[in-house]
Order: sequence, then structure tokens, then C-alpha cells
Amino acid sequence: MAGLSTTNFVKTAVNEIRKYRGEPALDSVQFLRMMKEKMALMNIDQALLSRSLNEGFSGGEKKRNEIFQMAMLQPKLAILDETDSGLDIDAIRIVANGVNKLRNKDNAVLVVTHYQRLLDYIVPDFVHVLYDGRIVKSGTKELALELEERGYDFIKNEVNAAQEA
Amino acid sequence: MNTIENIKERFHELQSAGNGKLKAHEQNAFEAFNRLGIPTSKHEEWKYTRIGSVFNKEFQIKPGGGNITMKDIAAVRMAGYEDANELVFVNGIYNPDLSTVSSRELVVQPLQDASLNEYAGIVQKHLGHSSRYAKDGVHALNSSFVHEGVFIHIAPGQITEHPVYVYYITDAREANILSQPRNLVHISERAEVEIAETHHTLGVSESFTNHVLEVIVERDANVNYYKIQNDADHSNHVCTTHFRQTGKSNIHAVTISLTGGIVRNNMSITLEAEHAEAHLYGLYFLKGRTHVDNHTVVDHVKPNCMSNELYKGIIDGDATAVFNGKIFVQQDAQKTNAYQSNKNVLLSDGASVNTKPQLEIFADDVKCSHGCTVGRLDEEGLFYLRSRGISENTARSLLIHAFAIDILEHVKSAVLRDYVDKLIFERLEI
Repeated sequence: MAGLSTTNFVKTAVNEIRKYRGEPALDSVQFLRMMKEKMALMNIDQALLSRSLNEGFSGGEKKRNEIFQMAMLQPKLAILDETDSGLDIDAIRIVANGVNKLRNKDNAVLVVTHYQRLLDYIVPDFVHVLYDGRIVKSGTKELALELEERGYDFIKNEVNAAQEA
Repeated sequence: MNTIENIKERFHELQSAGNGKLKAHEQNAFEAFNRLGIPTSKHEEWKYTRIGSVFNKEFQIKPGGGNITMKDIAAVRMAGYEDANELVFVNGIYNPDLSTVSSRELVVQPLQDASLNEYAGIVQKHLGHSSRYAKDGVHALNSSFVHEGVFIHIAPGQITEHPVYVYYITDAREANILSQPRNLVHISERAEVEIAETHHTLGVSESFTNHVLEVIVERDANVNYYKIQNDADHSNHVCTTHFRQTGKSNIHAVTISLTGGIVRNNMSITLEAEHAEAHLYGLYFLKGRTHVDNHTVVDHVKPNCMSNELYKGIIDGDATAVFNGKIFVQQDAQKTNAYQSNKNVLLSDGASVNTKPQLEIFADDVKCSHGCTVGRLDEEGLFYLRSRGISENTARSLLIHAFAIDILEHVKSAVLRDYVDKLIFERLEI
């Protein structure tokens, strides 16, 4: 979005959400303090936030920016849909660190992925396997490891066998 | 009596009083006016702006008119006026009592006087140069009263610390008023100056301002020019701004139109010395039934010059806009770089824009581009912002502001930038 800086955008969003919650708007000083704190937490530098939102961002920058937004907006539920695709190892670590630092007892993070790799950094509480638009199997982090080892076919076979029975 | 008859009567009164050296100029102009008449929509350059509808109403002419006090001026001042030279025109006529000229380098005097004193040569050479590009009765009408205009001279030196703010005030408290300010500005070699202009109508009657500003820019001079149009909805304007770059010089012009009735801006630039540079920016952000027409001409006469033009429009309500941008690259003007772009966003079903970029190139070794776009606000962008908890109205405002910022950031004066930003934020309600 040419002409709209991430800082300005996030400030507007934070204050609109606060308004909805019946909290007073942050003034510039308070906002900057919060931003600095989250930037340090997420390892994000000022240059990225001064640029126009999503304009000419690389895949990694886009995702780092989204994680920063998550830190600022503090959603109750965050859905990270294949957030690891197209990221190099360092970027995955930054994204995962962000998620780990933000998760607490009052929020939930739903991570959608095809690979175990991301789950080495973000250790899931629960793992659900989706097949044909349904959750066909649920478990803990061990389920993901099993999948990584045996491939998706074993789940498909299980599901098909159950249907035939 | 209708407006045209009022004008004719006044012309004959003044002519019999005699007005020195400029008499011939005025007589020629008046003849041209009688021959050309008021342009109708059949006139190619006036196809989408029906100026006849304004002339059909009755306007009175009261030059210098009304009882304007400093209190009236205070209400219309632009930010940063404390440091500025302020020139005030009332009903088209310069009013020295309401004006403040504090810079030594700034000379303001009646054109009539300048046509007879040490500036006579400059006046003789340059007065009326804009008629090359504005060949119509409206321009001729202004030129028929040229001796009432002023000559503004900027001596060499930097007066950017003290910008020249020009206010054109029309006192329409008692009747519809026509005013015709006319200025010839001469910017000397190596001078550096910032000029900002704005028009204001007092009262609830209609105003019609037919304004011609001619600016002569000499070698190595540097001009920042801002026009901020934020007048009443019952104000009508035909503003002709003409720059003649006679030397290697730099022009930076920003025109911002926010309100008005029928507004026509003619902006023409002649680059007639090598290595001259012109930058033109325009923003029109319209609502209601405002009509704004920007007609620009950039004429490359000599080689190795550069021009860059960007006009952006945001049109809401039943407002209408016109953009017509012409670039000439004359046969001599090799190695010209000339760029032009016009981008529009329509915010409502009732809004419309007619845009026409034109390039006429007679040289063969040049770099030129032109283009225009008309679209809506980016729906995906809107969705992105709303998905982060931003309300629809605020999201729209953010996107509109982001669209306008390309132009706003070219307002180099920090105080004027804040002033314009404030006007835009008020409009956006953020």
C-alpha cells in the first residue's frame, strides 16, 4: 500500500481496537514506547516500519511485519496459514520466536503447515490432521513427528479403511 | 444589466480616462474578447467546463470594493504568515494598506507605473506572454484591464525565509462580484523565492475570479509556487498561471484544489533556455458539486530541459474533474526529458473525471512519457486494513490519504505542509 507506513497503519489499528474495548487511545509517546518494546522483542528494525506497508516487501519482510502486527494488536486468536512457506531458516526462527514470546494463557495460535520444520521452533500443544476438509486425527506433538516419519499416506490409508469398514 | 454588459461599460469608462502605455495592449485584448466571446463547450479546450453558465449570472464589478478589515484577513491567513510577505488583493485590486512587504528584495507596484519606469523593458517584453497558450475570450477579458494589475519584482537573493503569500479576497457580502486580478512577476537571476496563493470569498453571494498570473523566471532562479484552493462552494475561478523560464532555472509548482463551484486552472510553462527544469504537481480532492478543471501545457522550446508532471484526483459526491495535459517538444528541443501522469480515484457513483494526456513531439532524440488512470479505492487494501480491526470509514480515509501523499510530500514548506495536511485531515475526518 503505497503511501501508508506500517507505523501509521498499526497506530490506527491499535487505537481502533482500544476504542472498541472501551480503553483510552494511546498518544504518540505511549504508542512509540509500546512499539519500541515490541520491536526489540521481535527483532525488527525501524527501517521496515517506516516503509510503505507491504510495498516491495520480500516474503520474509511481509511475514516479519505480520508478526509485528500480531505483537501490537494482541489478538485472542491468531491463524498462521503456512507462514513458513518461502522463508529461509533465519526468517523462520524470527517468526517462531515471535509466536513463542506472544503465546500465553489468554490467547490461542492456530498454525497451519505441511512440515515438521516449523514445529521444531513452535512446539504445538495439539496437532490436528486435516484431510478432505475434515479433521481426521488429533493428538499431541508426537503425531506430527510420526507424520514426518511415515508420510501422509498412512493417515489416508487409515481413513479409507475406516470408511470401508 | 448582465455581466458582459457590465464589463463593456467599465472598459469604455476606463478607456476614455486613458491609461498610458498599456492602452494599446488593452484595446487589442478587448477586440480579441469581442471576436472570441465566451468559450462554449464547442471550444476544444472548454469542452467539459461550461464557463458560459457562470457568465450568464449577473456579476457586478467593484474593483478594490468593500470594506475589508485586518480582521477579515486574519480569518483567511495561511500558516506561517508571521514570517511572510503578505500581498492582499480585494476584488482583484492590490491593496497596499492591508499588505505587508518586509523583504528588501521584493518590489510591488502598479503595472501602470512599471510600464513607464526602469521596469518598462521587462513589462514590454513579457506582459501577455501567457496568451500564447490561453487563446480564448476569458483570458482576453482579463487582459482588457491589465493596467489595474501589479508588477512584482524579486531582486537577486534568497528570500525563502520570508515567503510571499498572496490573498485574493472577493467581497460578495452585498452582491455577486467579478474580480480580475492580474500580476506580472519577475524573478531575477539567482533569486530564490516561495510564493503561495489562495482565494477567499466573503459573504454568501457568488464570486467569480478571472485571474492571470505571469511569472518570468530568469537564469539560475529557483521558484517554489503553491496554489491552495479552498474557497467557498459559491466561488468560481478561472486561474491562469504561466511560467516563462527564460534561463536555466528551476520551478516547483503544487496546485491543491479542495472546494469551489466551477474552477478552471490553466497552468502553462515555457522552457526556453537550456537546462531549465520544471516540476508540476496537482491534487484535487472534491466533493459535493464542485467542478475542477486542470489544463496544463508544458512547452519544451530548447534542448536539455526536464519536466515532470504528476496530478492526482480524488472525486466524491457529484463532483466532476477534468485533466488535460499537453506537452510540446519543439524541433529544437533535443535531449528533452518530459514526463506526465494523471491518476484518479472515484469514490462515488456520481463522481466523474475526463482526462486527456497529450504529447506533441517534433524532435527525435527525447525521452517522454504520459499516461492516465481512473479507478476506485483498492478493495483488497480496504479488506486488509479492516481485517486488522480498522473501521471501514477509517480504512477508506487511510487509503485516500496514502493516495494523496505523493503530492502532499511535494509541499516543501513545513508550515504549509502542516496547513494542507490539516485541511485534508478535516476532510477525511481522521
